[in-house]
Amino acid sequence: MTPEELRERVRAFLAEHDPHEMPRQDFLNARFDAGLAWVHYPEGLGGLGLSRSLQQIVDAEFAAARSPGHNAELNAIGLGMAAPTILAYGNDEQRRRWLRELWTGREIWCQLFSEPGAGSDLASLATRAVPDGDGWVVSGQKVWTSLAHESRRGLLLTRTDPDVPKHAGLTYFAVDMTAPGVDVRPLRQITGEAEFNEVFLTDVQIPDADRIGPVGEGWKVANATLMSERVSIGASRAAPREAGMIGAAAATWRSRPELRTPGLHDRLLQLWIDAEVARLAGERLRQQLAAGRPGPEGSAAKLVLATLNQEISAFEVELAGGDGLRYDDWSLHPPQHALFYGRGPGYRYLRARANSIEGGTSEILRNIIAERVLGLPPEPRVDKDIPWKDLPR
Amino acid sequence: MSAVGQDLPDLLYSDTERALADALGSLLADRGGVDKVLARTESAETYDDGLWQTIAGELGCAGLLIPERDGGAGASYREACSAAEALGASVAPVPFLGSAVVATAALLSVASGAPSDTTAAAGTPFTPARAAADLLRRMADGSVTATLAAPFAAAPGSAFPVSVRVAGPKPGDAQTGVARLRGTVSGVADALPASVLLVPADGVPNALYLVDMASPGVAKAPVVSLDMTRQLCDLSFDDAPGRLLASGPAASQALDAALTAGAAVLAAEQVGLAQRCLDMTLAYVKARHQFARPVGSFQALKHRLADVWVSVSQARAASRYAAACLATGNSDAKVAVSVAKAYCSQTAVLAAQECLQMHGGIGFTWEHPAHLYLKRAKADSIGFGTPDAHRAALASLVNLPAP
Repeated sequence: MTPEELRERVRAFLAEHDPHEMPRQDFLNARFDAGLAWVHYPEGLGGLGLSRSLQQIVDAEFAAARSPGHNAELNAIGLGMAAPTILAYGNDEQRRRWLRELWTGREIWCQLFSEPGAGSDLASLATRAVPDGDGWVVSGQKVWTSLAHESRRGLLLTRTDPDVPKHAGLTYFAVDMTAPGVDVRPLRQITGEAEFNEVFLTDVQIPDADRIGPVGEGWKVANATLMSERVSIGASRAAPREAGMIGAAAATWRSRPELRTPGLHDRLLQLWIDAEVARLAGERLRQQLAAGRPGPEGSAAKLVLATLNQEISAFEVELAGGDGLRYDDWSLHPPQHALFYGRGPGYRYLRARANSIEGGTSEILRNIIAERVLGLPPEPRVDKDIPWKDLPR
Repeated sequence: MSAVGQDLPDLLYSDTERALADALGSLLADRGGVDKVLARTESAETYDDGLWQTIAGELGCAGLLIPERDGGAGASYREACSAAEALGASVAPVPFLGSAVVATAALLSVASGAPSDTTAAAGTPFTPARAAADLLRRMADGSVTATLAAPFAAAPGSAFPVSVRVAGPKPGDAQTGVARLRGTVSGVADALPASVLLVPADGVPNALYLVDMASPGVAKAPVVSLDMTRQLCDLSFDDAPGRLLASGPAASQALDAALTAGAAVLAAEQVGLAQRCLDMTLAYVKARHQFARPVGSFQALKHRLADVWVSVSQARAASRYAAACLATGNSDAKVAVSVAKAYCSQTAVLAAQECLQMHGGIGFTWEHPAHLYLKRAKADSIGFGTPDAHRAALASLVNLPAP
């Protein structure tokens, strides 16, 4: 399909479906059913099997018609990680059951991977899933779970076989977060707020129909989720110059001449250049994807962004001088969406510390780049051939 | 073309650009590679004229930026930057930067700004536009090599050089139309193999002159340079005859166009150099064993190599953006070039330093090429403006004023 044909198809759809007359959910459902949700998805699942690069044409047409959004910002995990995982490893019934609910924003999903005892070494996780009749019973503890309190389902990685080496004994589910035994508790962070949760699972019953991928192949499925996560955290769409944290620092510099010193000036310019180059690299990555030539540069994006956010926010606190000693609010609010930019430099400084931990630590990312991109020898795997139950912990 | 962002130009390599860089890369490898470059640094001929003639003649690299009507390839800064990446990867001792980029950019600026030849009085033997076009035609096939007589360290936007001034005329000058130049310029890149110089001179107004290297009163003294793969020289002018190419704002414009082009293409050279340093280092740490394992299996090296790779990936995006902006005359070009030169300078130095360190003892020897890359990288970081000079330029370009 040519861009012009696609544009025509969107206009024809809009002629039949007036976004200002129809109820929001009905409109989104119809858009999904017409294959105009994510055009690179297969027909019947919200797409038309087209190149991903054509999506921007569709989005522009719908935006021009002032069509309702589909909650994409809040549902970053559902759209960016759950959907690609379901598409790759879900069965037909699961794809039909879940993809429309995810895209139209009816369901927010979260991710239940990390545990207190399994962070970077995710495959060593201990949450157990035991067969029980037609389904499974799951017990364990997950942490670092954003949006758990608002989520309908969670992408859950469990251990189903403790007698084989760690990667081999895992199974992947989409757990119903409203099921009995799922207990979500806010987890307070160094910023004072509770943006994440810990999730306790006590004898939670999961039907086998909610298992994604074969038993024992959860690691492969989880990797699909994690690769999507790194892409979605690292490289979103082309941002304007001075978008992100550098914009706040530059604005303070411009409006507060009394704070300027020669040393801070040079640091600001270095950071400004780094931010601009990261923006250009993000755009280059986007162009590579759009041209169907994805490069390994995606793994660099998150690493760069983490360092940049930490350095810029640290600079901002120093630039504030005496005011850098103040903090806006330590009180614990109920979990809500991260407000990176609505708060002070002190908050940004503290929050940015997590940028090099969440979604893969910077150290793990460097290992991945060194081994998968540069072809350097892997780290020694001392636990490779040992049954999970015998590993020291 | 949907692959291109709405507000940012295409930052990828076209097939043509890739093919040019590949052809240049294989030619440079066939012609002896870095071992030959190393031997040449201690010879009388530090520049490889034979190689330059091949690159200019067979691949058309000398005339990449020159319009087809003037005998060139009519390509853009995108292709010039792709070529520079390949040349940087081989630390090739050829005057591509000085002649095919910097002097060419100055002459193109003169040719575009000067009144066209048809308006010149009939029988006038010399007009700036005609002289610029003639010279470009002879540069396009490599038969003439020119360079700008400005220090390699000069940054775009720096004050008009005043170390050469216009002296009083000699008898007969009024008839021939030449001016007399007196003064010195130190640390000029690609002047050693040049036969024509473009000389900025102090006067009322400031002006740019065309000077034949063979003229009486012109002397060049080779400099023992940090980077002998691009050996500098000092120039002196003692009543040397020069012909006026541009004066006043047109001269300043030509100078700035030349230095901006030099900085942008040098940034691309730095990307090519950094990538080659990374590739050499990766090959070495995979093969070199200590403690009964490849040294590249140690996390202390793996993480640093990952950081070098990240830096090269970022630098490539910055360099491509600068090339694309110059290619289309984008109004963001000055910002793009200063961002690219500041960033790519640091990347190239980082990659060359890590290359040397990770080669261990052998990397510190004269016989190993690592030092050629380190010296080129460090010299390049000063060429056409240090990172600091470009940050200072950005301060006013993007409104982040100094205290």
